[in-house]
Parts: sequence; C-alpha cells; structure tokens
Amino acid sequence: MTDLPDTTNSFDSSRTLDAAALAEREGAQQTDDAADYYVDGDPIQDTKAPGGPLEERWNTRQFEARIANPANRRRLSVIVVGTGLAGASAAATLGEAGYVVKSFCYQDSPRRAHSIAAQGGINAAKNYKGDGDSVYRLFYDTIKGGDYRSRESNVYRLAQVSTSIIDQCVAQGVPFAREYGGLLDNRSFGGVQVSRTFYARGQTGQQLLIGAYQALERQVAAGTVKCYTRHEMVELIVVDGRARGIIVRDMVTGEIETYFADVVVLASGGYGNVFFLSTNAMGCNVTAAWRAHRKGALMANPCYTQIHPTCIPVAGAHQSKLTLMSESLRNDGRIWVPKNQADCGKDPREIPEEDRDYYLERIYPAFGNLVPRDIASRQAKNMCDEGRGVGPEVDGVRRGVYLDFAEAIDRLGRKAIEDKYDNLFDMYARITGEDPYTSPMRIYPAVHYVMGGLWVDYDLQSTIPGLFVTGEANFSDHGANRLGASALMQGLADGYFVLPNTIRDYLAEGPFEKIAEDDPAVVEAQQSVKSRIEQFMTTNGTRSVDSYHRELGHIMWEYCGMERSEDGLRKAIDLIRSLKEDFWRNVRVLGSAESMNQSLEKAGRVADFFELGELMCIDALNRRESCGGHFRAESQTEEGEALRHDDQYAYVAAWEWGGADEKPILHKEHLTYEFVEMKQRSYK
Amino acid sequence: MTTRPALVKGSRAVRSTIALKMLMAVSGLIFVGYVLAHMYGNLKAFSGQEAFNDYAHHLRELGEPLLPHEGFLWIARVVLLLSLFVHVFCAIALWRRAGRARTTKYVVKKNKHSSFSSHWMRWGGITLLLFIIWHLLNFTVGRINVNTGETGDAAGDPYTLMVQSFEVPWLTVIYLLAMVALALHLHHGTWSAAQTLGLTNNATSRRNAKAIGTILAVVVAGGFSLVPIFVLAGVID
Amino acid sequence: MKLNLKIWRQENATAPGGIHTYELDDVSEDMSFLEMLDVLNEQLNAEGEEPIAFDSDCREGICGQCSLMIDGEAHGPEVTTTCQLHMRSFRDGDSITIEPWRADAFPIVKDLVVDRSAFDRIIQQGGYISVNTGAAPDAHATPVPKDKANRAFDVATCIGCGACVAACPNGSASLFLGAKITHLGELPQGQAERDTRVVNMIGQHDAEGFGGCTNIGECTAACPKEIPLDVISRLNWDLHAALRHGK
Ligand SMILES: Cc1cc2nc3c(=O)[nH]c(=O)nc-3n(C[C@H](O)[C@H](O)[C@H](O)COP(=O)(O)OP(=O)(O)OC[C@H]3O[C@@H](n4cnc5c(N)ncnc54)[C@H](O)[C@@H]3O)c2cc1C
Ligand code: HEM
Ligand code: HEM
Ligand code: SF4
Ligand code: F3S
Ligand code: FES
Repeated sequence: MTDLPDTTNSFDSSRTLDAAALAEREGAQQTDDAADYYVDGDPIQDTKAPGGPLEERWNTRQFEARIANPANRRRLSVIVVGTGLAGASAAATLGEAGYVVKSFCYQDSPRRAHSIAAQGGINAAKNYKGDGDSVYRLFYDTIKGGDYRSRESNVYRLAQVSTSIIDQCVAQGVPFAREYGGLLDNRSFGGVQVSRTFYARGQTGQQLLIGAYQALERQVAAGTVKCYTRHEMVELIVVDGRARGIIVRDMVTGEIETYFADVVVLASGGYGNVFFLSTNAMGCNVTAAWRAHRKGALMANPCYTQIHPTCIPVAGAHQSKLTLMSESLRNDGRIWVPKNQADCGKDPREIPEEDRDYYLERIYPAFGNLVPRDIASRQAKNMCDEGRGVGPEVDGVRRGVYLDFAEAIDRLGRKAIEDKYDNLFDMYARITGEDPYTSPMRIYPAVHYVMGGLWVDYDLQSTIPGLFVTGEANFSDHGANRLGASALMQGLADGYFVLPNTIRDYLAEGPFEKIAEDDPAVVEAQQSVKSRIEQFMTTNGTRSVDSYHRELGHIMWEYCGMERSEDGLRKAIDLIRSLKEDFWRNVRVLGSAESMNQSLEKAGRVADFFELGELMCIDALNRRESCGGHFRAESQTEEGEALRHDDQYAYVAAWEWGGADEKPILHKEHLTYEFVEMKQRSYK
Repeated sequence: MTTRPALVKGSRAVRSTIALKMLMAVSGLIFVGYVLAHMYGNLKAFSGQEAFNDYAHHLRELGEPLLPHEGFLWIARVVLLLSLFVHVFCAIALWRRAGRARTTKYVVKKNKHSSFSSHWMRWGGITLLLFIIWHLLNFTVGRINVNTGETGDAAGDPYTLMVQSFEVPWLTVIYLLAMVALALHLHHGTWSAAQTLGLTNNATSRRNAKAIGTILAVVVAGGFSLVPIFVLAGVID
Repeated sequence: MKLNLKIWRQENATAPGGIHTYELDDVSEDMSFLEMLDVLNEQLNAEGEEPIAFDSDCREGICGQCSLMIDGEAHGPEVTTTCQLHMRSFRDGDSITIEPWRADAFPIVKDLVVDRSAFDRIIQQGGYISVNTGAAPDAHATPVPKDKANRAFDVATCIGCGACVAACPNGSASLFLGAKITHLGELPQGQAERDTRVVNMIGQHDAEGFGGCTNIGECTAACPKEIPLDVISRLNWDLHAALRHGK
C-alpha cells in the first residue's frame, strides 16, 4: 500500500487542544466512569479517506484505488458472510466483476436475510419531487440525525451514491410505488422536511432484498458465486496478519468446514438480539463480527442502539420477539397515558378526555407526536416508570402507552384510515387479538437497530487487513443515531457501489500465497471451534440456552437500554459476568453436534452476546454524555433532554479485544467537522 | 442429506409439464365440442325414431360429395381417437409425476378450498375411459343390444338399439353414473383448460371460466341424461 | 389452555420418522404458534429430551423461513404464516397434528425442517433481470403504468415459503413460479428475457421433481401472501408464447 499518494486525513491535534480548552472554560467535568474497566490505547485515524473538497473525495478514492487485472480476477477469491442487502449486493457485484465469490448465510436461502423485514423505505437524494433535496441536504440531515458522531467523508459519499441505488434497483425490477404518470413516488419519512424516501408499500426491505437476491442467484447460475446456505461462520482465519478465510459449521450435518480466500467480507448484520427481545429476526447474532473482534478487529461504539418507539408491547413471559409497527402511524395516532394511576387498568374508552395525558403534545408542543425516535421512546419509558403504563402487567409493571386513532377516524373517516394502515391494523389485531379501530393500540419501544459495529476505514476495511465489513455490521455512517430509511440505503451503497470499488485496491496485491490446511493458525482456529462445541455438548447442566439469553436480555434492557446510568451500568457488568460464568457451568445442550442442533447454534451465539454485552456496558459507561440513541442519566439538561459533550466525546470509541478476562483497549478516533457546524438538538 | 439436483441446461418449452397440460387442454376441449354436438344429436330421440335415424344417417353423408361416404365421420373419429390417445397419455404422465412429487403422504391433510371435481379428475377420467369403451361396444363397434342379446346389424337401427338398451334399468344406471363423472370432469375441466391456455389472467375471467364449466357440466350431463331417463320412464319408446 | 400435540419427528433426511405425542399445559392465547413450540421445547429440554427442530427467523411473516403443516393445513387455519398464527385460533383441549412440508423436492432435514433450496435453483434459471451493477439508466427513464406496477408488486410479495407446494395435491410449485414470472413479466425491464425465463424456470421446476399443476387451487388458499391463481394462467400464457417463438 506504499505506492499510494498520501491522502491521510490526519488527526488535527490543534482542534482537540481547542476542545480541551473549551471543556475547561465550560467547566465540564472530566470524569471517566469506566476507568477501571479498560485500558487506554493509541488514537486511530481513518487513513483511507482522501482530503480535499467533500464532493471530490469519493471520486479521488475510486481513481486512486488500484484495479485488479481482469485476467487475474478468476484467481482472486472473496468470501462474503451474509446475504442481506449489504452482502447479497456485494457478492453479486463482485461476481459480475469476475472474482470467485463464496457467499454464506445461516438461513435456508439467501433471500431470508433480516433485511427482508424492513418496512418503511429507502432514502435517496434524487430530488424527484423538486422540493429542494440534494446530495448535500441528505448529507447534512444524516450528520445532524447522527448527532455529530459520524464522519463527514463517509456520509457525503453515502448521499452521493444513494441516487445510483435507485437506478440499479429499478432496472432489476424492484416494484417501487409509482404515481399515476408511471414515475416513482416518494414520501417523507422520519420527520425530515423533504420527500426522498422510495418505498414499496410497507415491504421495501423485502423488495430490495429480493432484487439483490436475484442478482446473486444470477451469478450463481453464471458460476461466479457459490452459495452456502445453513452455514454459520464461527471463526475467522487470520494468517500472517491478513484475514484469509473462515471456519463455518454446516448447520445440517454439523461438519466444521474451513474456507480460504484472498479477502473476507463480513455483512452479517446487527446484534440487537443481545437484548433477546428486539425487532430483529431470531437468528440475528454477533458471532461473525465478534469472532473477528477477538482476532483483532476493533469494535466501534458498541453502545449506540436505536430504540424504536412504536412496537407491539410484550404480552407475557413467552414472548420471543417484538414486532415493529411502522413509524408512519404516528402521523395520525395520538399517544397518551392516563393521568391517574388508578385508571391504568380501565378500558381506555371509558377514560374521559380530561383524565388523559397526551404527554408528547404536552412536552413538545412544536413536534408533538412526531418527535424523533429516541425522544418518543424515552418518554414512553418515563410514563411507565411513573406507573402510568397501560396493558397487561408483565413482571409487575404495565409497559405500554396508547396510540389512539379515535380522533383521526372521527376527522378523516374510518375508510381513510383503512386505506392508509389496513395491513398494520390487521397485523396488530392478529398479534394482540384487539381491534385497533375501536380501541386504542398499545405500543412500547423496542430495540431496533445498532449503530455500533466493527470499525472500518473509508475503504470499509477493518483493522485486520483483508477483512472488510459492510452494512449494519460496521459502525460507519450513522453516528449515534440513524435516520429512518437510511439503513437500507447504507447496506446497498456499501454492497453495490462502495465495497466493489475499494476492495479492488486490496485485491490488486493478490492472489496471496496459498494457505496450507495444516498452517498452525488454521489448526488452532479449528481446534478452538471444536473445543467450544465440545464444551457445550458436555456441560450437561440444567438450564436451557434460551433462558440465559432471556436473562441477559433483561439485564441489557434494564441497564443498557433507553436510559443508562453509571450505577446501573456497573451493576449490569457484574450481573453479566456472573451470569456468563453460570452459563458456561450450567447450560444444557441436548442432541448431537453432528446433526442439525438448534440449541447448539444458539449456545454459540449467546456465548458471544455475553462478551458483547459487557463491552456495550463499558462503552456506555465511558461515554458520559447523551447523544443520539445513547442517553446517560448523568448528562441531561434541566428539562431532561439529552446533553452532548462535544468537547470530550467527539470521538469514535473503537475497542480492541484485550483477551479473555482482560480489559479491552480503547482507541479513540477523533471526529473533526470541516463542513458542518456542531449544534445541540432541540425539539422543544 | 439427499443430493441436490443440478441446474438443467437446454430446457425446451415443448418438454415441460405445461406443454403436457396444454395438450390435455386442447384434446379435452375437442371432447367438449364433441359431447356438445353429440348431446344435441341425442336429443333428436324426442322427435321420434325417424328423425333420430335420419340424423344418424345424415351424419354419414355430411361433406358429400367433397368427402366420401362417412368421410366426415371418419375424420371426426380419427381426431377423437388421437385426442383420446393424447389426453390419456398426458393424464398418465402427469399423474405419475404428481405421485412422485410426494411419495410420503401427510398424516392429516385438508383440502378445504378446492372443489370435489378438481380432486376427482383422474378417477373421473378412468370412469369416462371405461365408459367410452363400453359405450362404443354398446352403440358403434359391437352394437350390443343388452336387452335382446343381439349384436351387429341384428341389434337394430340406432334408435331401436338405444331405446331397447335404456329399457334395461342397470344399464341406464351405469350411463347415469357416467354422466355424473362427465359432469364433474367438465365442471373442473372447462375452467382448468381455460387456465392452462392462459386465458384467465384476472379474477373476472377466472370467475367466468368457472361459470362456463358449471353451465357446461349441467347442460351436457343433463342433456345426455334426458334420453335414458325418459326411455326408462317409458316416455320414449 | 391445554393441548395435545402430535408432532412429526425425524432424525435426518434418511432416518424413518414418526408422530410423537406431547401434552402441553398453560398455553396462553397471546402466544404465537411458534412461541407455543418454544415453550414445548423448554419443557422437553428440562425433561432431557432433545428439542424439536423447526424453522423460523423473522417471526413477522416476511422472511418465509417458517413452515409447518398444522392439522392438514399449510401455515395452519388462518391466512398467514405460522409465525403470525396465534393460539387464540385454537381451543382448550385441542389435539393438533404438526408435520413438515411434504414434497420430494423439499427433502426433510430434521423433524419439521425441510430443504427448500429447489426454489433458489428455480430462481437461478432466470428469475431475475440481467443488469450488472452500475449499468442502469436513470430510474425515471422508463415509466411503468401504475396498474402494472401495482400488479407486479402484488405478486412480488411472495415470500418463497413453499406453502403452495405443501398444500398442492400434486406437489406443484406453479404458484411460486407464476408469481415470479408475473412480477418480472409485468415490467418493461423484464420483457427482453421473457421467453427464456419461463422456459428455463419451468425446466428446473420439472427437474426438481415438483408436480404439474391441474388448477386445483389449494395453493392460493394456503398462500400467506394471497398470491392469486391468475399468476399460473400468466405462467401458462408465457410458456405458450415461448412455444410459438420456438423456445
Ligand atoms: C423490523 C425492521 C424494520 C426496518 N425498517 C427499515 C426501514 O424501513 N428502512 C431502513 O433503511 N432500515 C430499516 N431497518 C434496518 C435495516 O433493515 C437493517 O439495518 C439492514 O437491512 C441490515 O442489512 P445487512 O445486510 O447489514 O444485514 P442483514 O440483512 O441482517 O443480513 C445479515 C446476513 O448475515 C448472515 N449472517 C449473520 N451472522 C452469520 C454467521 N455467523 N454466519 C453466516 N451468516 C451470518 C445472515 O444469514 C444474513 O444473511 C429495519 C430493521 C428492522 C428490524
Ligand atoms: C377418456 C377418458 C378420459 C380420461 C382418462 C381423462 C383424464 C383427464 C385427466 C387426468 C385430466 C387432468 C386432470 C386435471 O386437469 O385436473 C383431464 C383434464 C381434462 N379433461 Fe379429461 N379425461 C378423459 C375424457 C375426457 C372427456 C370425455 C372430456 C370432455 C368431454 C375431457 C375433458 C377434459 C378437459 C377439458 C380437461 C382439462 C384440461 C386442463 O386441465 O387443462 N376429458 N382429463
Ligand atoms: C346418455 C348418454 C349417451 C347416449 C344416449 C349416447 C348414444 C350414442 C349413440 C346412439 C351412438 C351411436 C350413434 C351412431 O352410430 O350414429 C353413440 C356413439 C358414440 N358416442 Fe355416445 N351417447 C351418450 C354419451 C356419450 C358420451 C358421454 C360420450 C363421450 C364421452 C359418447 C361418445 C360417443 C362416441 C365416441 C360415439 C361413436 C361415434 C362414432 O364414431 O360413430 N357418448 N352414442
Ligand atoms: S406463492 Fe405464496 S405459498 Fe407459494 S412460496 Fe410464495 S408466498 Fe409461499
Ligand atoms: S393447488 Fe396445485 S394443482 Fe395447481 S392450482 Fe395450485 S398448483
Ligand atoms: S419466521 Fe419469517 S415468515 Fe415466519
């Protein structure tokens, strides 16, 4: 990589001095709550992002990135773990380019990746509505939405590439919503002022994923891609400092298999399931990313979690997952709880108007029910913590607030509401057995998306050379909070346009030396996988894997959920550690490792969630500020709103694995804003 | 794990199951045309012996002098025979394929949303095949008069043969049962053929095709049944 | 409520399988069907019996990973996926028979889990529009009439669950196939490959060992996404056209 011109966007030390000086002036306390839990590492920088004018950076990088000789590509191999939007699009595109691609997923078909569940839509700066949207505006909104914790270069590129995504998808036959003239329709989403969201009814993720999946299958037929379904990555192989392959478990035969390649791409999605209950699919896991983390890839901002305010509340102890109800419901529904605790058990229709507290409208008169996700979520929690929640009591607390359409039905008529929300109302009725047309819906926040993930540079390469990370699995573009409809955009931007253009720079050095099956690094990795499985199979304890997962989720939700405090986080870390210990001593996995064994699969995932959960708490403890999806009780304004501390925390916290039972090492990537001015959010 | 089939190369439209189905549909529709005409001819029995026999005779002269005597009849016979061959051949091929598609049966399986007639196509087809064989022995090839035991020309003119046959109650019952099979076959077969030929691309045309199937089933099977019933009842003699 | 569950168990693709009977108490009507099985599995695990393998992922009715023949009906008695079926559709004391999808083209993997990779191979044979990344014209270059766009969308909602095959007395995948043919065939982008698509996809469908369609209609009734029967007509029509074009 030495023949590259130096485009280092070097860390500007004068700025931090300023920041430190500023901090002193404002008298911000220089505390480090997490001091005993980690050790300090060297700061890091993103050395791949070119400098220069913002609009030119991506062009510059594309031009400077070397091109692998087309004749050579047949000898260059790529492993892509994950077939969601990020993985399928990357695998298909790399296949088209002529590389030899191997694609892995744990489901029975690539088409089932969790991206399929996305409902709302995908953003793109097409400005088809002529309402003043532009690449710059999308860039600006994303930076601001991310509460100034993301990189300008990355976000600008994302906004630039967004328009090509729509072109690509339409050419593939993705049936986006259209207007009567036959042109594409857009809507505004998540409270932004322009209409830039493309959608396919409430099933945008499905349609985009099927498009990418079909492109992938086309390459399978062409022989450039081979798909390994029901194969779970359980270890990364690093030889001579480069990522060179993965170890997977064939989930049907139980066989432990090793695959080598010149480069490995992780597109394995988010880890929201560390909370057990989330809107993620049952199989979403951190294993692929976590195994890479343990091999040296840094984990960035793990505590940034997005909690979605409109989900169907937990119905009982049996609950296995939570279901998202589209955010669009907040456009017409009014959110309230009873003013008096005594009314909480009553039929909501019998509670008179004057005894209802439309708390969002009361606290945020300007935005009302349309305040951002994190605010709506936190206030719902506050109401329930005050004892004014509604719905069934689960573990002694009612966790739910009303989302009431009575007024909208009165005003617009039932028909109009049916036209807009029919399928959502049906879904609600099916799940809860209640009719939302006649009595208010109950909603409660749930974990939805994680902004944290493996640290990557502008090229999407992690700190392990040859390991690239795309989609929700990386941390890169959303800062501390993600805008609605931007995850799909990022996944496809990474997979179709960014990664294929940056990975070639790395591959231009290949093909790398062939790796011997008996290379010590390989044997060691295989051994560790096998002994871990062996341990699960022989522990023969008394508790099921699920019961541990549930308990871990409880701890995470309670102490590292919507609101985090120093005491709570410390307590959580202790609880997680002792639960983890108990898990390894007392878990019960029946059946055999040589066949399909769903308990065994879960055991591996939960074991990694324990380690991740602990790191999330440490990260949250370290960040004594409230920003985006991360709310620290100690850092709020007098009115109880989130308070950022740019002077101290304008950095990406990238954690290095310190070793089992060792402290993690914190590397800070300082964020500098050259183009956007950092402002404190206000929705009052 | 069982081995997975590879990607097939060089697929041809004519070799697909759908091509088989199209052959069934076309041959089936030829039958439909035939039974409609045949039923119409049979109803001449109500106009008496002469009209009926004239009609039968007339059929044999159709197309003359362009065609030789019985020329039209033979063309029709060849077409029908070919259709029969094709129809039965495809039916067997598809049946075998369906059998292989699910070799382990369900312990419990409900078919709540489909018509009885759709499930009875194959058994109904066999019934019809047996019926046709008997029917031809009865009225054309063998000309067997069950009533008198005579065969060939001795069995009498078409009208007499028919009337005397249906004076035998069990034979009438067999015919009527065959008409039930025919009704079922037509009820599903008509709509099914329309679907197979790709003519039912929306809910309305689908409803129409089903309606036509029902009407045809009632009209044809009903029309055919009139003669035997009325013979048995002594109205026709 | 209390249930008597009769569940198919089978160690692997080749082992013989059979129905096992389990009693389950305290089932709440708010549980989804799969949560009910989760609870059963907890119980089995506690009793030292290996939990029952079944597929699911999103549990939201969209990924198509869940399956199950419930009392002879694919995805059970409601028009939805098994994961979205709730126990309030059942009564206290009910006896419920649970089997895997049965089709030889969907071999059993274990217990209630089957292998549906045949669907992927059908898609590989042309269930796409050939366009390389970056080669696309502006999205507004080709307007699509709204009715066609809507129809394409309606049928593109197929989740590839395989209930149509499971329900079809002939084990035919015509509804799945027809849905994809119709989705791509409705759009201007999909015209260029229309003939080869239908011929190759049906060729793979047949090679996988699915049965031929005799228009029975159980498939559409079982389909959680209510894919209408006319997609099969459309499939036939396209094959017809391909025949005429000598494909
Ligand atoms: C209910 C819901 C609604 C949403 N709605 C929207 C929306 O409207 N707009 C928006 O922009 N975003 C939305 N999101 C967020 C968005 O869907 C996701 O962030 C995005 O799809 C993630 O895509 P991905 O490709 O990174 O990962 P995924 O789609 O999660 O794919 C992960 C892939 O990795 C594979 N994998 C994982 N671990 C392993 C392993 N160990 N071994 C092998 N394979 C593995 C899986 O099999 C899968 O193929 C929503 C999310 C949810 C939960
Ligand atoms: C000779 C004996 C016959 C046999 C063995 C037979 C058998 C079958 C079978 C197995 C089918 C396919 C089943 C299905 O589509 O569900 C079928 C379809 C059909 N049959 Fe017959 N049949 C016979 C006679 C007839 C007759 C006499 C008629 C008309 C009067 C007829 C008309 C049709 C039609 C229209 C179809 C529908 C074709 C389609 O589905 O596309 N058949 N037959
Ligand atoms: C009650 C019902 C029926 C009656 C009374 C009836 C009567 C007859 C008679 C009288 C003939 C001889 C005509 C002649 O020699 O000119 C005949 C011939 C024939 N019938 Fe029928 N028929 C009936 C139903 C059917 C049905 C349902 C079919 C077909 C599915 C059928 C198929 C034929 C055929 C193929 C011939 C031979 C025609 C030829 O080649 O000469 N018939 N039928
Ligand atoms: S057509 Fe319906 S039943 Fe068949 S796979 Fe698609 S969604 Fe499932
Ligand atoms: S049930 Fe089967 S026969 Fe055809 S119409 Fe549906 S595929
Ligand atoms: S689990 Fe995804 S559709 Fe049922």
